[in-house]
Amino acid sequence: MTTAELMDYAEVITRFDPVLGLEVHVELSTATKMFCGCSNRFGGEPNTHVCPTCLGLPGSLPVVNAVAVESAIRIGLALNCEIAPWCRFARKNYFYPDMPKNFQTSQYDEPIAFNGYLDVTLDDGEVVRVQIERAHMEEDTGKSLHVGGATGRIHGAEHSLLDYNRAGVPLIEIVTKTIEGTGERAPEVARAYVSTLRDLLQALDVSDVRMDQGSLRCDANVSLMERGAAEFGTRTETKNVNSLRSVERAVRFEMTRQAAILASGGSILQETRHFEEASGTTRAGRRKETSEDYRYFPEPDLVPIAPSAEWVQELRGTLPELPAERRKRVQAEWSLTDLELRDLVNAGAIDLVAATADAGAPPAEARSWWMSYLSQQANARGVDLGALPITPGQVARVIALVADGALTNKLARDVVDGVLAGEGEPDHVVETRGLKVVSDDSALYAAVDEALAANPDVATKIREGKHAAAGAIVGAVMKATQGQADAKRVRELILTRCGA
Amino acid sequence: MPSISRDEVAHLARLARLAVTEAELDLFAGQLDQIVAAVAQVGQVADQDIPPTSHSVPLTNVFRADVVRPGLTQQQATAAAPAVEDGRFRVPRILGEEA
Amino acid sequence: MTELTRLDAADIAAKIAAKEVSAVEVTQAHLDRIAAVDHAVHAFLHVDTERALAAAKAVDDNAAAGLPAASPLAGVPLALKDVLTMQGAPTTCGSKVLENWQPPYDATVTQRLQAAGVVILGKTNMDEFAMGSSTENSAFGPTRNPWDLDRIPGGSGGGSSAALAAFEAPLAIGTDTGGSIRQPGAVTGTVGVKPTYGTVSRFGLVAFSSSLDQAGPCARTVLDAALLHEVIAGHDPLDSTSIDAPVPPVVAAALEGANGDLKGVKVGVVTEFAGDGYEPGVAEAFTAAVDQLRALGAEIVEVSCPSFDLALPAYYLIAPSEASSNLARFDAMRYGLRVGDDATRSAEEVMSLTRAAGFGPEVKRRIILGTYALSAGYYDAYYGSAQKVRTLIMRDFDAAFASVDVLVSPTTPTTAFKIGERTADPMAMYRADLCTIPSNLAGNAALSVPCGLSDGLPVGLQIMSPALQDQRGYRVAAAYEVARNAAQGGPLINRVPELEVAH
Repeated sequence: MTTAELMDYAEVITRFDPVLGLEVHVELSTATKMFCGCSNRFGGEPNTHVCPTCLGLPGSLPVVNAVAVESAIRIGLALNCEIAPWCRFARKNYFYPDMPKNFQTSQYDEPIAFNGYLDVTLDDGEVVRVQIERAHMEEDTGKSLHVGGATGRIHGAEHSLLDYNRAGVPLIEIVTKTIEGTGERAPEVARAYVSTLRDLLQALDVSDVRMDQGSLRCDANVSLMERGAAEFGTRTETKNVNSLRSVERAVRFEMTRQAAILASGGSILQETRHFEEASGTTRAGRRKETSEDYRYFPEPDLVPIAPSAEWVQELRGTLPELPAERRKRVQAEWSLTDLELRDLVNAGAIDLVAATADAGAPPAEARSWWMSYLSQQANARGVDLGALPITPGQVARVIALVADGALTNKLARDVVDGVLAGEGEPDHVVETRGLKVVSDDSALYAAVDEALAANPDVATKIREGKHAAAGAIVGAVMKATQGQADAKRVRELILTRCGA
Repeated sequence: MPSISRDEVAHLARLARLAVTEAELDLFAGQLDQIVAAVAQVGQVADQDIPPTSHSVPLTNVFRADVVRPGLTQQQATAAAPAVEDGRFRVPRILGEEA
Repeated sequence: MTELTRLDAADIAAKIAAKEVSAVEVTQAHLDRIAAVDHAVHAFLHVDTERALAAAKAVDDNAAAGLPAASPLAGVPLALKDVLTMQGAPTTCGSKVLENWQPPYDATVTQRLQAAGVVILGKTNMDEFAMGSSTENSAFGPTRNPWDLDRIPGGSGGGSSAALAAFEAPLAIGTDTGGSIRQPGAVTGTVGVKPTYGTVSRFGLVAFSSSLDQAGPCARTVLDAALLHEVIAGHDPLDSTSIDAPVPPVVAAALEGANGDLKGVKVGVVTEFAGDGYEPGVAEAFTAAVDQLRALGAEIVEVSCPSFDLALPAYYLIAPSEASSNLARFDAMRYGLRVGDDATRSAEEVMSLTRAAGFGPEVKRRIILGTYALSAGYYDAYYGSAQKVRTLIMRDFDAAFASVDVLVSPTTPTTAFKIGERTADPMAMYRADLCTIPSNLAGNAALSVPCGLSDGLPVGLQIMSPALQDQRGYRVAAAYEVARNAAQGGPLINRVPELEVAH
């Protein structure tokens, strides 16, 4: 695709309003699959996490995983959805080799959760409320490997190899209502929505939410309407969007592509497109000869699900503090400005600071450590803050040692360096690196006396009441003790010696 | 009264992944038309306010504990396959959505 | 024919328990009988000789060790419909698409039979994927009715019913989606029971129409059917539609019924199942059976179930719709037949060619019909309406059972028709299930018990009971069986003509 076929983004915005719809598939991290007792572990030798049911063998039958239903309800509740008092599974009929029964057991017009919303905070602090249409349960497909032709691509392959370990893994599909009025921020909103949803699912502990492994997948529906128009344009659905950054890029690309077509008098084909990570572009999928007709009907092998109000209430009670609430609470408790909060959020530091505070450190100290020295170390190493090899407990211990006067700030940074270098717990690092503050007054007096003797002029000034001159002696003592003295104490001793 | 045309039978056969011969199309179109005419009388209740029955058993909430059960070995899983390669089911090239 | 193959299951079990005969001798006698007559009847698709003998020997060893019998049917041979999976033997469902397919797991019914010490002789012939009323739709050739080898043994479970009538087995398992146990029972002069939906596990039963399919016992006597019923029924956590309730006391009911007293039992005659289309001989036998029930003390009333007239059309929408989805899995990818894989064709083309080659005409017809009925734009008129009819039929049953204990009708409108007579006319074939379908749609229990002959061919009496009240039908059937045997000079099955025996 050449740039001529794309419209400049700024121009897109002046002429069109983007409309988004996002479908996110989440693989649940249950022990077993949706409808059978096979392991739901990622990977494994091909076709080793399979049984008659997930292989679709003749005569096999599905039985619903209780934890998957609980997870679906908890996700629904966390997304402020209504929970259906009665719902069913349906069969979605279409043929595809990675689907062992040639129908997907899914939910159709009776999703377990519907009519919710998720508040999404953009980088500048603006909050966008994304309406949730539904969250429903379904099963994943197997995986195909394409052999021959171009590098694993389906096109030109001579044959394919199928592994059904993933077939039947529980999925929750979360579908937004159309997202309108976001204007130029549409790509950012899309990304922030998926990111916020990911954090939420992580807090619920229902999924690994690894976009790189496919346990969180996003399909982006994008259409444009002329500014001021009343009707939506034709949409495309972009699949294969495997990172947060790709969500933003895919939406932006589709906007510029569709705008160029519309501006030249063309029309948009309603089609499935595939995002190409390397080029940041989307490309059309194969055209189907017949329009898809899924022939949905209620799954006769499963009975309805009717969550009682008591059960839903009980599950509501199991919801952890969700990211948005947590942020609000933390901001109040730690007296943060909006900007400080956002920095913490963007750095992914809230949980780390909170855990450090929970381990006994004053929140302000904890925040300062994570946001300055540790952030610098993370940047230097090119890793996320959370990936640094130091625990909140260790950071809290270092802060406690400083508060006790056992370490100076300079020594504390050395201790942290030691921990990061894999030298063990903070106390061990203090021991092995010999980083203890010299707190023995007699030892310090010896150093003070030595420094005063070496600088008689300065000593005289101090005795004459020029206390500011003590700084030079402090420096000399600190140098002599290799920084292991508490400068404040040293200063007190100097003044005492000089009778000041 | 709706009837099934020959073209419609061809379309349905495609949806159902059934390669049908011309002779079969003629045969089925005639027979299905007759059958549909006979079964269409259920349509007389279409507008009535009657709850549909999908299950005759009055069960709800039948669940399984989330506990791993032994399944099949790779050998058992693939034993009946028309073709196998490296523990995977070998199938003809797939015309994917991703062309 | 040795005496052993003429015995009822209950008698065989008693003789084995008393060590008058060994299970191996019994099994061998039936294997010999199969070898002698199955060339003519073609009830079996697969005879599992070695494992049957091994299973029988295990029963004998168990008894020799002084251990209690695994069940009241330990050592009794049985013919298993080829729609239930059993490891170590093919499960074909009468279809080319599954020819030689060896399932890697056992159906729950199979497991229960084996655990009960029942000796599985082999797998019986059936209409392809249980779609049919004559067993002519088997890809492996038709089964013949032992009463007249030119006639059909009913279907889809014609192999199981014929095996009983040919004395190849005293017990058989069938599956009943629209009458596939009862109608073959009726036309072969044997007993066939469709238990309440959800009381016999469907795990391992290759699905035709999931919301209608139900496995059940087939036998030559009501008591034998009851004994087998108690072996195979019961809750199964592997089947979500399995009802977690005690098995109805059907053996006790059969024994009680055999006392021949039906005083206080109210029997409803379904008025819709009479008139045009009912063979006069069938109508006469049915009327005589109703008189017999009255003579046994039952109170007879007429009951109208107006929605039953819509049962056949509703069934021929629901069953093909579910079948079109259930049979989608036969696609040449993971198991079964693969046709046309020449290394250039796509998976999609190979699927279509395989399904075209692997399915017979009736299966294709129903797949197309079901695909049509579920299509966008037609769903409400067809599938949706059929499900409403289902509700109406359940209401008719509820209303009827509010005033009567059981309902009766002929099992099927005609006696066994000639092979080939209806193959060109699907609607004529479908009408064989007219009286049996309502109980599949409503899920309640129903059975067929022999009730006389019409022109030398057996007629069946259908007795329908409310859901989970299966024992009612057994009691009435057992009482009727005793009275009819007394009135008509012994069991009807004894009048089946001798088959020519191969040497």
